[in-house]
Amino acid sequence: MVERISPWERILLARHPKRPTFSDFLAELFENFIELHGDRLFGDDPAIIAGLGTFENESVVIIGQEKGKLIQEKMKRNFGMPHPEGYRKAFRVMKLAEKFSLPVLCFIDTAGAYPGIGAEERGQAWAIAQNLREISLLKTPIIVIILSEGGSGGALGIGVGDYIMMLENAYYSVISPEGCASILFRDSSKAPEAAEMLKITSEELLKLGLVDEVIPEPNGGAHEDLHGTVENLRKSLRNILKKMKEKEIKKLLEERWMKLRNYGRFNEEEVK
Amino acid sequence: MFKDWLKKDDKSKFRDIPDGLWVKCPQCSQIIYSKDWNENFKVCIKCGYHDQLTAYERIDLLVDYGTFKELDKNITPLDILGFVDTKPYLQRLKEAQESTGLKDAIITGEGEINGIPVYIMVMDFRFIGGSMGSVVGEKVVRIIERAISNRKPVVSVIASGGARMQEGLFSLYQMAKTSAAVGRLDKERIPYITILTHPSTAGVLASFGSLGDIIIAEPGALIGFTGPRVIEQTIKQKLPEGFQRSEFLLEHGMVDMVVERKRLKNVTYLILSHLWRKVW
Repeated sequence: MVERISPWERILLARHPKRPTFSDFLAELFENFIELHGDRLFGDDPAIIAGLGTFENESVVIIGQEKGKLIQEKMKRNFGMPHPEGYRKAFRVMKLAEKFSLPVLCFIDTAGAYPGIGAEERGQAWAIAQNLREISLLKTPIIVIILSEGGSGGALGIGVGDYIMMLENAYYSVISPEGCASILFRDSSKAPEAAEMLKITSEELLKLGLVDEVIPEPNGGAHEDLHGTVENLRKSLRNILKKMKEKEIKKLLEERWMKLRNYGRFNEEEVK
Repeated sequence: MFKDWLKKDDKSKFRDIPDGLWVKCPQCSQIIYSKDWNENFKVCIKCGYHDQLTAYERIDLLVDYGTFKELDKNITPLDILGFVDTKPYLQRLKEAQESTGLKDAIITGEGEINGIPVYIMVMDFRFIGGSMGSVVGEKVVRIIERAISNRKPVVSVIASGGARMQEGLFSLYQMAKTSAAVGRLDKERIPYITILTHPSTAGVLASFGSLGDIIIAEPGALIGFTGPRVIEQTIKQKLPEGFQRSEFLLEHGMVDMVVERKRLKNVTYLILSHLWRKVW
């Protein structure tokens, strides 16, 4: 285990060049993977990989954001920053999961949804909003795993689910610490302070009740020990999938709604 | 009915805001007599520029005079994370509350639009950029829950820069919370109309803001997921004129219509009268 480190150091770990990406977890955790392409509307977004596979002999639907490894692949995958067609592909494949009663596993690793002209023209906000609305109603269990970077709406676009897991050195934030620093602190070099304020680390989010489980990364982190991290994740996935399978869909959806419904803290003054 | 509405609205406080004598249009710099400016709902008579409205001005514009009843006024913000940037969040909240007279960035309630009973939620950009934190999310959900129990249509007016950073991931999750509530409304087949005003961006657009059965935009409003400055920095080129404006979104199929402010109430009424005629 890593010693107590600052939120900013966590972010550097989450972005470490040697940190495993989704495709490493895909290869380690699943068998018989069949990739499915395209959103049936516009195109195929290589920043999101979607498909069918088996997890311990059970068929599942797998969706994940992939940043790529070498520069050529990184560029092809747009550094893991999806366009609207990525979110729409993810949702199309989730509907398939619902139709054939397969659980969905969503792996998150993105700096954010891509901020570009085409993304805006094709309705980035619309694609994400529709996912949020529709995934909340999807009649099959959904497990979300934040692998490394949980970048804002771009992460949340495939991040609604029944159970939210987070790797120990991942972060999950409403805005990148750099963005927050430049807007609120008026100085992008204040990103470490912003990271501290935003409460983005796995243990802080667990304490706030915003994630359900933290997956420990042994021996210095996932970039040092992929196998150990994968085994920890496998164990947790096995447990939670078993629990999910036993749950009636109606109850599952009611619990999913209550979970979403109860996010937020505010004062409620007594009405005179 | 339409004539009635005009008559009623003459009495509304929207018409007699005692501003200075003259207003300068922020877009074309035309000097306009403030009475004319207010009577034209803060739209420039020369260039058509739609200035921002406060939440209560917007309610006066859309809701029949004397029918609005505010709800959930007692829900107020908290500093959940102990957030301090150049100022403590608590201080920011206090300043925003003092300068606007609002508790947070949204006003919700019930009222009538040309006689049709509706629930309405209106954002106010003056309150920390109309940002969505826990209070906005909760008030949106409560209005939708009421709409489901009492079977009344919902109208939302968006004016927001996105999620409120000072509440961290709680704010991000409000996107999921409000969208899920819209999903429940959707299943109940109750109309939901969203009106996008300047600006409607980021987390609020990417949740309950863009999920209307019908989406109306005011002319010239900035509407998009990422702000233009960030896009320019990312792609390292200047954006074309009119990018992410209402008319651009209409052209790209993202909104149903662009409607100028003086027709907004009647168009909303007409849509509701088609979608909700059997029920009310």
